[in-house]
Amino acid sequence: MLASLKKKETYTHYLATLKYSLYCITHPMDGFWDLTHEKRGSIAAANTILIITLIVRIAQLYFTSFIFNTVYWPEINIFLYIASIVFPLALFCVGNWGLTTLFDGKGRLPQIYMATCYAMTPYALIRVPLIFLSNVVTVDEAEFYGVLSGLSLVWVALLIVAAMIQIHEYSVSKTVLFMIASVFAMLVLVFILLLFFSMVSQGIAYFVSMAREIMFRL
Amino acid sequence: MKKMMKIICAFAASTVIALSSSIVACADDTGYTYNYDWWGDVQFSPDAYNVAGVFTTVELGLDKKLNMPAGLFIYERTVYICDTGNNRIVELERTDVDKFELRRIIENFKGGKGPNTLAGPTDIAVTEDGYMYICDKNNGRILKLDMDLNYVMEFTKPSDPNFDQSLSFLPHKLIVDDAGRVYCIATNVNKGLIKFEADGEFSGFIGATKVTYDWTDYIWKKIATKEQREQMESFVPTEYDSIYVDHDGFIYAVTSNVAEADLDAGTADPIRRLNLLGNDILVRNGPWYVIGDLYWGEGGGYDGPSRMTDITAFDNDVYVALDRTRGRLFFYDDQGRMLWTFGGNGNEDGYFKSPIALDHMGFDLVVLDTLDCSITLFTPTEFGSLVYKAIGEFQAGKYTEAGETWQEALKLNGNYDLAYIGIGRSLLRQERYHEAMEYFELKFDADNYSKAFKQYRKQWVEENILFIVLGLVLVLCVPLAIGKVKKIKHEIDIADIFRR
Repeated sequence: MLASLKKKETYTHYLATLKYSLYCITHPMDGFWDLTHEKRGSIAAANTILIITLIVRIAQLYFTSFIFNTVYWPEINIFLYIASIVFPLALFCVGNWGLTTLFDGKGRLPQIYMATCYAMTPYALIRVPLIFLSNVVTVDEAEFYGVLSGLSLVWVALLIVAAMIQIHEYSVSKTVLFMIASVFAMLVLVFILLLFFSMVSQGIAYFVSMAREIMFRL
Repeated sequence: MKKMMKIICAFAASTVIALSSSIVACADDTGYTYNYDWWGDVQFSPDAYNVAGVFTTVELGLDKKLNMPAGLFIYERTVYICDTGNNRIVELERTDVDKFELRRIIENFKGGKGPNTLAGPTDIAVTEDGYMYICDKNNGRILKLDMDLNYVMEFTKPSDPNFDQSLSFLPHKLIVDDAGRVYCIATNVNKGLIKFEADGEFSGFIGATKVTYDWTDYIWKKIATKEQREQMESFVPTEYDSIYVDHDGFIYAVTSNVAEADLDAGTADPIRRLNLLGNDILVRNGPWYVIGDLYWGEGGGYDGPSRMTDITAFDNDVYVALDRTRGRLFFYDDQGRMLWTFGGNGNEDGYFKSPIALDHMGFDLVVLDTLDCSITLFTPTEFGSLVYKAIGEFQAGKYTEAGETWQEALKLNGNYDLAYIGIGRSLLRQERYHEAMEYFELKFDADNYSKAFKQYRKQWVEENILFIVLGLVLVLCVPLAIGKVKKIKHEIDIADIFRR
């Protein structure tokens, strides 16, 4: 691992895979096929895109004009805010993988994660200029902002669908069906997680109260 | 972060000033006076009004205690209290800042048909041409008397078929406009205000509220049995509780008959300003609905939304609504932004048992309490007067002075949103756009901010047009030039004459 960090090829490969995200978002069908099948993407680049997305999201809080985004600072928890992206992403990857492996999906979990992260590229690409734009428009021109920020989300959504088509080698209708099914899988996961945490806390509470009882009796 | 720092600095500065000045009325822990900020959070404020006195039977010099008084009217320095339970009207004169003197008690009048005594008078209005109009409720008439109590005419139950003839005519509240037309609210009539021409002729209803119901209610009504239907709320227009005619001739009307769900959704309008056609023209540009209290906690045994029971409006278009649920007074400016709120239920001065009516004398307020049988006189504090002064100066077009006055007000209350916006608007009028933007941004006034920013942006572009054009030229030409140079270089590289 450390040895590979010293080699120059590691960095050129990393930069090439990162740059490949730009090709992916403009040629989604071709791009997402090559992403996994031709190994033109890397997990490192996917992580970078995710981190950039998170940074952009936090930057929006600070720098977007108050006309579009008024932030009630006392209620902001930056970790919850980060989790609001990372947690659904993790749930989606796991839920989607769990379902598609049962139904002939060719994608593996790292591949699903990588493709989803690559699909989030337009979000950062559009939202960064939007932060600047928000500071030079008035309320009358707010539609521009609204349309562009909506566009970034639609683009990301379409890219995720395209990515799933290519990674799992599904037809379009099957992909859409499994995207919807993934949402239910995510709900099931949330339910299980809740159950798990409440069980664990109950279990801990049981031992804590037992220990207390013993201490009282001694 | 910058925004945060600004807010902290402004707050710290105002605190330092507030502590160092001895004349300031500080906001105390009980929170008598408050308002809502942009987020809807309660921000306690220095008192805007002080109680100048509470006047009961003894202080007013009456022979017997007021009995269920229902109406209050002020004409210049004269106060009329409708002593409904005693069938009389008490006329007082304000002789000093905190002193009322009994002038006369109106129990009967000269001339006229029918009884020449009053039976349960609930409201009175006095016009500039020297006539009194009295809602003689239990006699079913509105009396018009001159100032020497001679009968002039009366307005009785309309014989028009539009008026439900099976109902008795029980006029409850009335106002008189400049042309002598009488508008009245009658008990059990929900078609709006009853309008009489100056000659006593009934000329219709105005200002009835549109009946609103959503389709789920409609379906439920369709499938419910008759007994269930009787249990449900019926879709009828609301009755008004009180009306007030302002200096422009518009009618302020309040109704307490509003559903909590509608108030929450912002579809109910407990406070309205009606034009002559009866349309609601109240401006609601504030960040919150004009409904009184935003939060209806069940503290102290009182719950539910504010129920407005009376309203009055100053000459600067600030209006005050009186809430009978929690005994509070809500002040709004002409844009529908809350100035402040104070009051409460209790026995101390400045608190009420069952407030029923209010009216104003200049900027002083008089509130009638029907259970306590008293009137409470409020006079503006330094803070209140400053705010009124600033509003007045702005309306008169003295923008610079208004800005300075708002600064003074800000020193007394650093949490006062309207002061920031007021300073911003004053700066905007003085064409100091960039400074104005800062003040608007502090209090999230996007519309005014945009107005200022538009001008600032225009100025900025005009000043920097040279650089902008240069920048554009650079951005467009440099890549072209680079491309050209590369092409030439490439051609030289592949040119035959250099090939060996």
